[in-house]
Amino acid sequence: MKPAPFDYVAPTTVEDACQVLADAGGGATMLAGGQTLMPLLNLRMSQPFILLDINKIEALKGVSRAQGATRVGPVTRQCEALASAELAAALPVLVEALSHVGHHQTRNRGTIGGSIALGEPAAEMPATAVALGAVIEARSVRGTRQIPAREFYLGPYMNVLEPDELVTAIDYPDWPQGHITLFREVAQRPGDFALVGMVGALALEGGKIARAGIAWFGMGPTPIAAAQAEQALLGQSIDAIDPQAIAELAVADTAPFDDHHASAEYRRTVGRRIFARTLGEALNIRKAA
Amino acid sequence: MSEPQSSFRVEMTINGRAKHATIEARKSLGDFLRDDAGYTGVHLGCEHGVCGACTVIVDGKAVRSCLMLAVQADGCEVTTVEGVAQADGTFHPVQAALREEHALQCGFCTPGIVCTLTALTKGDQKPTEEQMLAAMSGHICRCTGYQGIRRAITRLAAGEAA
Ligand code: FES
Ligand code: FES
Repeated sequence: MKPAPFDYVAPTTVEDACQVLADAGGGATMLAGGQTLMPLLNLRMSQPFILLDINKIEALKGVSRAQGATRVGPVTRQCEALASAELAAALPVLVEALSHVGHHQTRNRGTIGGSIALGEPAAEMPATAVALGAVIEARSVRGTRQIPAREFYLGPYMNVLEPDELVTAIDYPDWPQGHITLFREVAQRPGDFALVGMVGALALEGGKIARAGIAWFGMGPTPIAAAQAEQALLGQSIDAIDPQAIAELAVADTAPFDDHHASAEYRRTVGRRIFARTLGEALNIRKAA
Repeated sequence: MSEPQSSFRVEMTINGRAKHATIEARKSLGDFLRDDAGYTGVHLGCEHGVCGACTVIVDGKAVRSCLMLAVQADGCEVTTVEGVAQADGTFHPVQAALREEHALQCGFCTPGIVCTLTALTKGDQKPTEEQMLAAMSGHICRCTGYQGIRRAITRLAAGEAA
Protein backbone atom coordinates (compact mmCIF):
# COMPACT_ATOMS: atom_id res chain seq x y z
CA MET A 1 0.00 0.00 0.00
CA LYS A 2 1.25 3.43 -0.85
CA PRO A 3 -0.09 6.84 -0.11
CA ALA A 4 -1.00 8.96 -3.15
CA PRO A 5 1.92 11.22 -4.09
CA PHE A 6 2.37 14.37 -2.07
CA ASP A 7 4.96 17.04 -1.50
CA TYR A 8 6.57 16.89 1.91
CA VAL A 9 8.14 19.59 4.00
CA ALA A 10 9.50 19.49 7.54
CA PRO A 11 10.24 23.00 8.82
CA THR A 12 12.09 23.52 12.07
CA THR A 13 10.30 26.63 13.31
CA VAL A 14 6.70 27.50 14.11
CA GLU A 15 6.96 30.58 11.87
CA ASP A 16 7.94 28.50 8.86
CA ALA A 17 5.21 25.96 9.56
CA CYS A 18 2.60 28.74 9.74
CA GLN A 19 3.90 30.12 6.46
CA VAL A 20 3.53 26.72 4.77
CA LEU A 21 -0.04 26.51 6.02
CA ALA A 22 -0.80 30.04 4.83
CA ASP A 23 0.73 29.46 1.40
CA ALA A 24 -1.04 26.14 0.95
CA GLY A 25 -4.47 27.74 1.28
CA GLY A 26 -6.01 24.68 2.93
CA GLY A 27 -4.10 22.15 0.80
CA ALA A 28 -1.68 21.13 3.52
CA THR A 29 -2.23 18.34 6.04
CA MET A 30 -0.24 18.30 9.24
CA LEU A 31 1.71 15.22 10.27
CA ALA A 32 2.42 14.91 13.98
CA GLY A 33 2.97 11.39 15.38
CA GLY A 34 1.22 9.91 12.35
CA GLN A 35 -0.50 7.10 14.26
CA THR A 36 -3.85 8.08 12.76
CA LEU A 37 -2.85 10.04 9.68
CA MET A 38 -0.46 7.43 8.28
CA PRO A 39 -3.18 4.75 8.11
CA LEU A 40 -5.44 7.27 6.36
CA LEU A 41 -2.67 8.08 3.88
CA ASN A 42 -1.87 4.40 3.31
CA LEU A 43 -5.53 3.65 2.65
CA ARG A 44 -5.76 6.80 0.50
CA MET A 45 -8.63 8.07 2.59
CA SER A 46 -6.53 11.21 2.90
CA GLN A 47 -4.74 12.58 -0.17
CA PRO A 48 -3.10 15.87 0.73
CA PHE A 49 -1.19 17.99 -1.77
CA ILE A 50 1.30 18.97 0.88
CA LEU A 51 2.26 17.01 3.95
CA LEU A 52 3.56 19.36 6.62
CA ASP A 53 5.65 17.38 9.09
CA ILE A 54 5.90 19.24 12.40
CA ASN A 55 8.14 16.67 14.11
CA LYS A 56 11.29 18.73 13.62
CA ILE A 57 9.98 21.79 15.45
CA GLU A 58 11.75 21.62 18.81
CA ALA A 59 9.70 24.53 20.18
CA LEU A 60 6.60 22.31 20.05
CA LYS A 61 8.09 19.62 22.29
CA GLY A 62 8.34 19.10 26.00
CA VAL A 63 6.61 19.89 29.28
CA SER A 64 7.18 23.23 31.01
CA ARG A 65 5.67 25.57 33.56
CA ALA A 66 3.49 28.45 32.43
CA GLN A 67 1.58 31.01 34.51
CA GLY A 68 -0.56 28.85 36.82
CA ALA A 69 -0.48 25.99 34.37
CA THR A 70 1.52 23.10 33.02
CA ARG A 71 2.32 23.70 29.39
CA VAL A 72 2.58 20.66 27.14
CA GLY A 73 4.06 21.07 23.68
CA PRO A 74 1.78 19.42 21.11
CA VAL A 75 4.58 17.34 19.60
CA THR A 76 5.51 15.85 22.98
CA ARG A 77 5.40 12.11 22.45
CA GLN A 78 2.85 10.20 24.49
CA CYS A 79 5.63 7.96 25.84
CA GLU A 80 7.55 11.01 27.04
CA ALA A 81 4.54 12.54 28.74
CA LEU A 82 3.85 9.17 30.34
CA ALA A 83 7.36 9.18 31.82
CA SER A 84 7.33 12.85 32.86
CA ALA A 85 7.80 13.28 36.60
CA GLU A 86 6.52 16.84 36.26
CA LEU A 87 3.22 15.70 34.74
CA ALA A 88 2.87 12.84 37.21
CA ALA A 89 3.14 15.32 40.07
CA ALA A 90 0.94 18.08 38.62
CA LEU A 91 -1.66 16.14 36.62
CA PRO A 92 -1.71 12.51 37.72
CA VAL A 93 -4.98 11.81 35.94
CA LEU A 94 -3.52 12.92 32.61
CA VAL A 95 -0.76 10.36 33.04
CA GLU A 96 -3.25 7.68 34.04
CA ALA A 97 -5.36 8.44 30.97
CA LEU A 98 -2.28 8.34 28.75
CA SER A 99 -1.48 4.80 29.78
CA HIS A 100 -4.72 3.82 28.01
CA VAL A 101 -3.91 5.61 24.74
CA GLY A 102 -3.12 3.08 22.02
CA HIS A 103 -0.23 0.70 22.55
CA HIS A 104 3.36 0.98 23.75
CA GLN A 105 4.54 1.09 20.12
CA THR A 106 2.05 3.77 19.00
CA ARG A 107 2.76 5.90 22.10
CA ASN A 108 6.41 5.92 21.06
CA ARG A 109 5.41 8.04 18.05
CA GLY A 110 1.97 9.42 18.89
CA THR A 111 1.80 12.93 20.31
CA ILE A 112 -0.39 14.69 22.85
CA GLY A 113 -1.32 17.48 20.45
CA GLY A 114 -2.04 15.10 17.61
CA SER A 115 -4.55 13.22 19.70
CA ILE A 116 -6.16 16.43 20.95
CA ALA A 117 -6.38 18.02 17.51
CA LEU A 118 -7.73 14.85 15.91
CA GLY A 119 -10.66 14.75 18.31
CA GLU A 120 -11.61 11.11 18.13
CA PRO A 121 -14.77 11.10 20.30
CA ALA A 122 -13.77 7.95 22.18
CA ALA A 123 -10.18 9.01 22.83
CA GLU A 124 -8.76 9.80 26.26
CA MET A 125 -6.69 12.93 25.52
CA PRO A 126 -9.47 15.19 24.21
CA ALA A 127 -11.74 14.32 27.14
CA THR A 128 -8.91 14.85 29.63
CA ALA A 129 -8.27 18.30 28.19
CA VAL A 130 -11.97 19.10 28.51
CA ALA A 131 -12.20 17.75 32.05
CA LEU A 132 -9.14 19.54 33.38
CA GLY A 133 -10.04 22.84 31.75
CA ALA A 134 -7.09 22.95 29.37
CA VAL A 135 -6.59 25.84 26.98
CA ILE A 136 -5.34 25.16 23.46
CA GLU A 137 -3.07 27.75 21.91
CA ALA A 138 -3.31 28.06 18.14
CA ARG A 139 -1.15 30.08 15.87
CA SER A 140 -1.23 31.24 12.27
CA VAL A 141 0.41 34.03 10.30
CA ARG A 142 -2.64 36.07 11.37
CA GLY A 143 -1.82 35.77 15.05
CA THR A 144 -2.18 33.61 18.16
CA ARG A 145 -5.36 32.71 20.01
CA GLN A 146 -6.29 30.71 23.09
CA ILE A 147 -9.18 28.28 22.80
CA PRO A 148 -10.67 26.60 25.88
CA ALA A 149 -10.84 22.86 25.28
CA ARG A 150 -14.54 23.05 26.11
CA GLU A 151 -15.09 25.22 23.03
CA PHE A 152 -12.67 23.37 20.79
CA TYR A 153 -14.72 20.43 19.50
CA LEU A 154 -17.53 20.69 16.95
CA GLY A 155 -18.14 17.03 16.13
CA PRO A 156 -16.30 13.79 15.43
CA TYR A 157 -12.81 14.74 14.21
CA MET A 158 -13.97 18.34 13.84
CA ASN A 159 -12.66 21.31 15.75
CA VAL A 160 -12.68 25.08 15.54
CA LEU A 161 -9.17 25.38 14.08
CA GLU A 162 -8.91 27.19 10.75
CA PRO A 163 -6.97 25.42 7.98
CA ASP A 164 -4.02 27.77 8.48
CA GLU A 165 -3.80 27.29 12.25
CA LEU A 166 -1.28 25.18 14.12
CA VAL A 167 -1.65 24.08 17.75
CA THR A 168 1.40 25.45 19.57
CA ALA A 169 0.66 24.53 23.19
CA ILE A 170 -1.81 22.90 25.51
CA ASP A 171 -2.00 24.63 28.89
CA TYR A 172 -3.45 22.56 31.71
CA PRO A 173 -4.37 24.79 34.64
CA ASP A 174 -2.94 23.84 38.02
CA TRP A 175 -5.06 21.70 40.29
CA PRO A 176 -4.22 21.86 43.99
CA GLN A 177 -1.82 19.26 45.36
CA GLY A 178 -3.69 16.20 46.52
CA HIS A 179 -6.79 16.79 44.41
CA ILE A 180 -9.05 13.83 43.77
CA THR A 181 -8.67 12.14 40.39
CA LEU A 182 -11.29 10.15 38.54
CA PHE A 183 -10.65 7.81 35.63
CA ARG A 184 -12.31 4.74 34.28
CA GLU A 185 -12.94 3.30 30.87
CA VAL A 186 -14.47 0.19 29.43
CA ALA A 187 -12.81 -1.12 26.27
CA GLN A 188 -13.02 -4.48 24.56
CA ARG A 189 -9.26 -4.97 24.60
CA PRO A 190 -6.37 -2.97 26.06
CA GLY A 191 -5.35 -0.30 23.56
CA ASP A 192 -8.72 -0.22 21.81
CA PHE A 193 -10.81 2.89 21.86
CA ALA A 194 -13.09 2.97 24.85
CA LEU A 195 -16.75 2.07 24.50
CA VAL A 196 -17.39 4.37 27.44
CA GLY A 197 -15.06 6.33 29.64
CA MET A 198 -14.91 9.16 32.13
CA VAL A 199 -12.09 11.30 33.44
CA GLY A 200 -11.98 14.12 35.96
CA ALA A 201 -10.57 15.97 38.91
CA LEU A 202 -12.09 17.35 42.11
CA ALA A 203 -10.50 19.92 44.40
CA LEU A 204 -11.51 20.08 48.06
CA GLU A 205 -11.53 22.96 50.48
CA GLY A 206 -12.47 22.27 54.09
CA GLY A 207 -14.09 18.96 53.15
CA LYS A 208 -16.24 20.54 50.45
CA ILE A 209 -15.89 20.34 46.67
CA ALA A 210 -14.42 23.65 45.55
CA ARG A 211 -13.76 22.76 41.95
CA ALA A 212 -14.92 19.98 39.67
CA GLY A 213 -13.90 19.07 36.15
CA ILE A 214 -15.30 15.87 34.64
CA ALA A 215 -15.74 14.72 31.06
CA TRP A 216 -16.96 11.70 29.13
CA PHE A 217 -15.45 9.99 26.14
CA GLY A 218 -17.22 7.56 23.83
CA MET A 219 -20.50 9.12 24.93
CA GLY A 220 -21.29 11.34 21.97
CA PRO A 221 -19.90 13.07 18.90
CA THR A 222 -17.24 14.90 20.92
CA PRO A 223 -15.76 14.65 24.40
CA ILE A 224 -18.54 15.86 26.67
CA ALA A 225 -18.22 17.83 29.88
CA ALA A 226 -20.45 16.46 32.63
CA ALA A 227 -21.54 20.02 33.34
CA GLN A 228 -24.65 19.30 35.41
CA ALA A 229 -22.75 16.87 37.59
CA GLU A 230 -19.92 19.35 38.07
CA GLN A 231 -22.40 22.02 39.07
CA ALA A 232 -24.19 19.74 41.51
CA LEU A 233 -20.92 18.73 43.17
CA LEU A 234 -19.75 22.26 43.88
CA GLY A 235 -20.00 23.25 47.51
CA GLN A 236 -21.10 19.78 48.64
CA SER A 237 -19.44 18.19 51.60
CA ILE A 238 -17.83 14.89 50.59
CA ASP A 239 -19.88 13.07 53.23
CA ALA A 240 -23.14 14.23 51.69
CA ILE A 241 -22.50 13.35 48.05
CA ASP A 242 -24.72 10.67 46.52
CA PRO A 243 -22.63 9.19 43.68
CA GLN A 244 -25.70 7.60 42.07
CA ALA A 245 -27.55 10.88 41.84
CA ILE A 246 -24.50 12.66 40.45
CA ALA A 247 -24.04 9.89 37.89
CA GLU A 248 -27.65 10.35 36.74
CA LEU A 249 -26.96 14.02 36.14
CA ALA A 250 -23.72 13.21 34.34
CA VAL A 251 -25.42 10.81 31.96
CA ALA A 252 -28.08 13.42 31.23
CA ASP A 253 -25.45 15.49 29.45
CA THR A 254 -24.38 12.71 27.08
CA ALA A 255 -25.51 11.89 23.56
CA PRO A 256 -24.22 8.36 22.90
CA PHE A 257 -24.91 6.55 19.64
CA ASP A 258 -25.39 2.99 18.48
CA ASP A 259 -22.55 1.41 16.58
CA HIS A 260 -21.42 -2.14 15.90
CA HIS A 261 -19.51 -2.23 19.20
CA ALA A 262 -22.27 -1.15 21.55
CA SER A 263 -25.71 0.41 21.65
CA ALA A 264 -26.41 3.86 23.01
CA GLU A 265 -28.39 2.24 25.82
CA TYR A 266 -25.42 0.05 26.75
CA ARG A 267 -23.19 3.11 26.86
CA ARG A 268 -25.62 4.99 29.09
CA THR A 269 -26.05 2.04 31.44
CA VAL A 270 -22.35 1.28 31.72
CA GLY A 271 -21.52 4.97 31.84
CA ARG A 272 -23.86 5.51 34.77
CA ARG A 273 -22.31 2.60 36.63
CA ILE A 274 -18.67 3.45 36.07
CA PHE A 275 -19.33 7.08 36.92
CA ALA A 276 -21.06 6.28 40.21
CA ARG A 277 -18.51 3.64 41.13
CA THR A 278 -15.45 5.75 40.29
CA LEU A 279 -16.79 8.79 42.11
CA GLY A 280 -17.90 6.71 45.10
CA GLU A 281 -14.57 4.92 45.41
CA ALA A 282 -12.58 8.14 45.13
CA LEU A 283 -14.68 9.79 47.82
CA ASN A 284 -14.45 6.77 50.12
CA ILE A 285 -10.67 6.80 49.89
CA ARG A 286 -10.70 10.47 50.81
CA LYS A 287 -13.13 9.98 53.68
CA ALA A 288 -10.96 7.21 55.10
CA ALA A 289 -7.82 9.31 54.88
CA MET B 1 13.29 27.03 4.73
CA SER B 2 13.22 24.30 2.11
CA GLU B 3 10.20 24.06 -0.19
CA PRO B 4 7.85 21.09 -0.24
CA GLN B 5 9.28 18.33 -2.44
CA SER B 6 8.17 14.91 -3.58
CA SER B 7 11.52 13.13 -3.38
CA PHE B 8 14.40 13.24 -0.95
CA ARG B 9 17.84 11.90 -0.37
CA VAL B 10 17.91 10.13 2.96
CA GLU B 11 20.69 8.67 5.01
CA MET B 12 20.28 6.41 8.01
CA THR B 13 22.08 3.70 9.88
CA ILE B 14 20.41 0.32 9.58
CA ASN B 15 21.69 -2.49 11.77
CA GLY B 16 24.93 -0.61 12.19
CA ARG B 17 25.52 0.06 8.48
CA ALA B 18 25.07 3.36 6.72
CA LYS B 19 22.45 3.37 3.97
CA HIS B 20 21.54 6.22 1.70
CA ALA B 21 19.08 6.47 -1.13
CA THR B 22 16.91 8.90 -3.01
CA ILE B 23 13.30 8.06 -2.35
CA GLU B 24 9.79 9.33 -2.81
CA ALA B 25 8.43 11.23 0.17
CA ARG B 26 5.43 8.92 0.31
CA LYS B 27 7.51 5.78 0.91
CA SER B 28 6.97 4.24 4.33
CA LEU B 29 9.91 3.26 6.46
CA GLY B 30 8.72 -0.35 6.26
CA ASP B 31 8.73 -0.37 2.45
CA PHE B 32 12.12 1.34 2.44
CA LEU B 33 13.63 -1.23 4.76
CA ARG B 34 12.29 -4.14 2.71
CA ASP B 35 12.47 -2.91 -0.87
CA ASP B 36 15.40 -0.51 -0.88
CA ALA B 37 17.56 -1.82 1.93
CA GLY B 38 16.75 -5.52 1.56
CA TYR B 39 15.80 -6.23 5.16
CA THR B 40 12.95 -8.58 4.41
CA GLY B 41 12.73 -9.59 8.05
CA VAL B 42 10.53 -6.51 8.34
CA HIS B 43 7.08 -8.00 7.84
CA LEU B 44 4.29 -5.79 6.63
CA GLY B 45 0.93 -7.21 7.56
CA CYS B 46 -1.90 -4.73 7.69
CA GLU B 47 0.02 -1.61 6.64
CA HIS B 48 -2.27 0.54 8.69
CA GLY B 49 -1.01 0.26 12.19
CA VAL B 50 -3.12 -2.56 13.58
CA CYS B 51 -1.05 -5.75 13.63
CA GLY B 52 2.41 -4.72 14.85
CA ALA B 53 4.23 -7.15 12.54
CA CYS B 54 6.22 -4.29 10.99
CA THR B 55 7.65 -3.06 14.31
CA VAL B 56 11.30 -1.97 14.15
CA ILE B 57 13.52 -0.01 16.52
CA VAL B 58 14.15 3.65 15.63
CA ASP B 59 16.56 5.53 17.88
CA GLY B 60 16.03 2.99 20.62
CA LYS B 61 12.22 2.90 20.51
CA ALA B 62 9.92 0.26 19.07
CA VAL B 63 7.71 1.83 16.41
CA ARG B 64 5.44 0.63 13.63
CA SER B 65 7.39 1.05 10.40
CA CYS B 66 4.20 1.27 8.32
CA LEU B 67 3.24 4.39 10.27
CA MET B 68 6.40 6.33 9.66
CA LEU B 69 7.73 7.74 6.41
CA ALA B 70 11.25 6.75 5.42
CA VAL B 71 12.09 10.43 5.03
CA GLN B 72 11.25 10.90 8.71
CA ALA B 73 13.94 8.39 9.65
CA ASP B 74 16.60 10.47 7.93
CA GLY B 75 19.58 10.61 10.29
CA CYS B 76 18.13 7.95 12.59
CA GLU B 77 19.51 4.68 13.84
CA VAL B 78 17.27 1.82 12.78
CA THR B 79 17.39 -1.78 13.97
CA THR B 80 15.41 -4.57 12.33
CA VAL B 81 15.16 -8.19 13.41
CA GLU B 82 18.27 -8.85 11.28
CA GLY B 83 20.30 -6.61 13.58
CA VAL B 84 19.25 -8.07 16.91
CA ALA B 85 21.49 -11.15 17.23
CA GLN B 86 25.24 -10.89 17.76
CA ALA B 87 27.49 -10.76 14.69
CA ASP B 88 28.41 -14.45 15.09
CA GLY B 89 24.76 -15.41 15.05
CA THR B 90 24.37 -15.92 18.81
CA PHE B 91 20.77 -15.22 19.67
CA HIS B 92 19.76 -12.15 21.62
CA PRO B 93 18.20 -13.21 24.95
CA VAL B 94 14.79 -12.23 23.56
CA GLN B 95 15.24 -14.51 20.57
CA ALA B 96 16.56 -17.29 22.77
CA ALA B 97 13.58 -17.05 25.09
CA LEU B 98 11.08 -17.08 22.21
CA ARG B 99 12.80 -20.10 20.69
CA GLU B 100 13.02 -21.96 23.98
CA GLU B 101 9.30 -21.51 24.67
CA HIS B 102 8.10 -22.29 21.14
CA ALA B 103 6.67 -18.80 20.93
CA LEU B 104 6.30 -18.83 17.15
CA GLN B 105 4.75 -20.97 14.49
CA CYS B 106 4.59 -19.28 11.08
CA GLY B 107 6.84 -16.53 12.38
CA PHE B 108 5.13 -13.68 10.57
CA CYS B 109 4.48 -11.67 13.71
CA THR B 110 7.78 -12.61 15.36
CA PRO B 111 10.18 -9.94 14.02
CA GLY B 112 7.92 -7.24 15.40
CA ILE B 113 7.67 -8.94 18.78
CA VAL B 114 11.45 -9.42 18.87
CA CYS B 115 11.95 -5.71 18.18
CA THR B 116 9.48 -4.58 20.85
CA LEU B 117 11.02 -6.82 23.51
CA THR B 118 14.58 -6.00 22.46
CA ALA B 119 13.94 -2.27 22.75
CA LEU B 120 12.20 -2.74 26.10
CA THR B 121 15.04 -4.77 27.61
CA LYS B 122 17.89 -2.75 26.11
CA GLY B 123 20.83 -1.83 28.32
CA ASP B 124 20.06 -1.93 32.00
CA GLN B 125 16.32 -1.49 31.59
CA LYS B 126 14.54 -4.15 33.58
CA PRO B 127 10.90 -4.10 32.53
CA THR B 128 8.55 -6.14 34.68
CA GLU B 129 6.71 -9.11 33.28
CA GLU B 130 3.57 -7.00 33.40
CA GLN B 131 5.12 -4.20 31.36
CA MET B 132 6.32 -6.61 28.71
CA LEU B 133 2.94 -8.30 28.54
CA ALA B 134 1.24 -4.93 28.23
CA ALA B 135 3.49 -4.07 25.29
CA MET B 136 2.30 -7.26 23.59
CA SER B 137 -1.13 -5.65 23.15
CA GLY B 138 0.54 -3.93 20.20
CA HIS B 139 1.08 -7.24 18.38
CA ILE B 140 -1.33 -9.66 16.81
CA CYS B 141 -0.30 -13.29 16.45
CA ARG B 142 -2.66 -15.53 14.50
CA CYS B 143 -0.86 -18.79 15.22
CA THR B 144 0.35 -19.35 18.73
CA GLY B 145 -2.54 -18.41 20.96
CA TYR B 146 0.03 -16.30 22.80
CA GLN B 147 0.80 -18.85 25.50
CA GLY B 148 4.32 -19.48 24.26
CA ILE B 149 4.91 -15.75 23.98
CA ARG B 150 3.73 -15.31 27.56
CA ARG B 151 6.05 -18.04 28.77
CA ALA B 152 8.97 -16.47 26.91
CA ILE B 153 8.23 -13.20 28.67
CA THR B 154 8.05 -14.92 32.05
CA ARG B 155 11.44 -16.42 31.28
CA LEU B 156 12.86 -13.06 30.21
CA ALA B 157 11.54 -11.35 33.32
CA ALA B 158 13.16 -14.01 35.48
CA GLY B 159 16.44 -13.30 33.68
CA GLU B 160 16.88 -16.85 32.40
CA ALA B 161 17.11 -16.33 28.68
CA ALA B 162 18.15 -19.67 27.30
S1 FES C 1 1.99 -3.65 9.06
FE1 FES C 1 2.45 -2.05 10.42
S2 FES C 1 1.09 -2.43 12.06
FE2 FES C 1 0.49 -3.94 10.61
S1 FES D 1 3.57 -17.06 14.70
FE1 FES D 1 2.23 -16.91 13.02
S2 FES D 1 1.33 -14.96 13.37
FE2 FES D 1 2.48 -15.23 15.15
